[in-house]
Amino acid sequence: MSQSIRLFKLAAVLLLATFVTGCATQKPYDYSAFKRSNPKSILVLPPVNKSPDIKASYSFLSYTSYPLAESGYYVFPVAVVDEVFRQNGLNAPEEIHAVVPAKLREIFGADTALYIEITQYGTRYMVLSSDTIVAANAKLVDLKTGETLWSGAASASNNENQNNNNGLIGMLVKAAIDQIVNTLTEQGHVVAGITSQRLLLARPYGVLYGPRSPYYGKDEAAGR
Amino acid sequence: MMTRKFLPASLLACALLASGCASKPTLYYWGDYQPQVYEYLKGQGKSHAEQILALEKIIQQARAANKSVPPGFHAHLAMLQISEGKPELARQELETEKALFPESAAFMDFMLAKMSGEKK
Repeated sequence: MSQSIRLFKLAAVLLLATFVTGCATQKPYDYSAFKRSNPKSILVLPPVNKSPDIKASYSFLSYTSYPLAESGYYVFPVAVVDEVFRQNGLNAPEEIHAVVPAKLREIFGADTALYIEITQYGTRYMVLSSDTIVAANAKLVDLKTGETLWSGAASASNNENQNNNNGLIGMLVKAAIDQIVNTLTEQGHVVAGITSQRLLLARPYGVLYGPRSPYYGKDEAAGR
Repeated sequence: MMTRKFLPASLLACALLASGCASKPTLYYWGDYQPQVYEYLKGQGKSHAEQILALEKIIQQARAANKSVPPGFHAHLAMLQISEGKPELARQELETEKALFPESAAFMDFMLAKMSGEKK
């Protein structure tokens, strides 16, 4: 009994230590331009895809409304926006990202635009395992001034919570099964959902809370 | 003595850390709105009529949960209705989006103007 308490104490102290050092060693993000601009709405542009998987752009785009809207912003309907671009002859995300901010503001009346680039999307097949990684970076731009208000990057992998303590044969079998599962169930799309939340939810180093959030203006409480 | 105090405190700390993010209530009722958006963007699979039914189901679920659907939802529904040849319903949805989210006013007006332009 007393041993388990001692173990528990140790675990608690270690946990606390991790949190304390985790926060203290990073430099605070400069949010002064963000706060000055105080945006209410975000126009998410179709992401530019640098990965070989052609599904990546739409897969990621479909996940962007939740984190941004739940952080307190008006998020323009991503599929409707995409349709408007298409009807105006802009099909490739690269072309859309090149549209001048003033024009975007004129059509959509948005305060900001979010430019996303997907750097990794898909499953890597290795001898003993396969893992699906989705990585992306994003830049929030004020459409009035063209100023960048925030930028960040995030990635996620479906291997994050697995440990490889099995024997060699077990691992080989697992690798074969994982590869099948990863392709069958569109693992990339599942992982993209995690990456988009890490990238776009309001949190330290992320976007600030927007006007529709009950946490709006209280970012300082979280050390920002 | 000391340990007795420490134990509940650390239990509480762990519980707080674990539950911290998960227990926050969401601002909107999402249902499977985002999967429906992906369905539309992929453009293969479910028909637009089926997608409209799926979205109408989310509206009912949201009402039952006493929450509103997320920003963009009514405009997305309007786009599907336009493609199904239901401009009157679409117009209503665009007006609803604008009323719920005034941030969308300029874009909704742009859509409404485009619709009446196409009628001629």
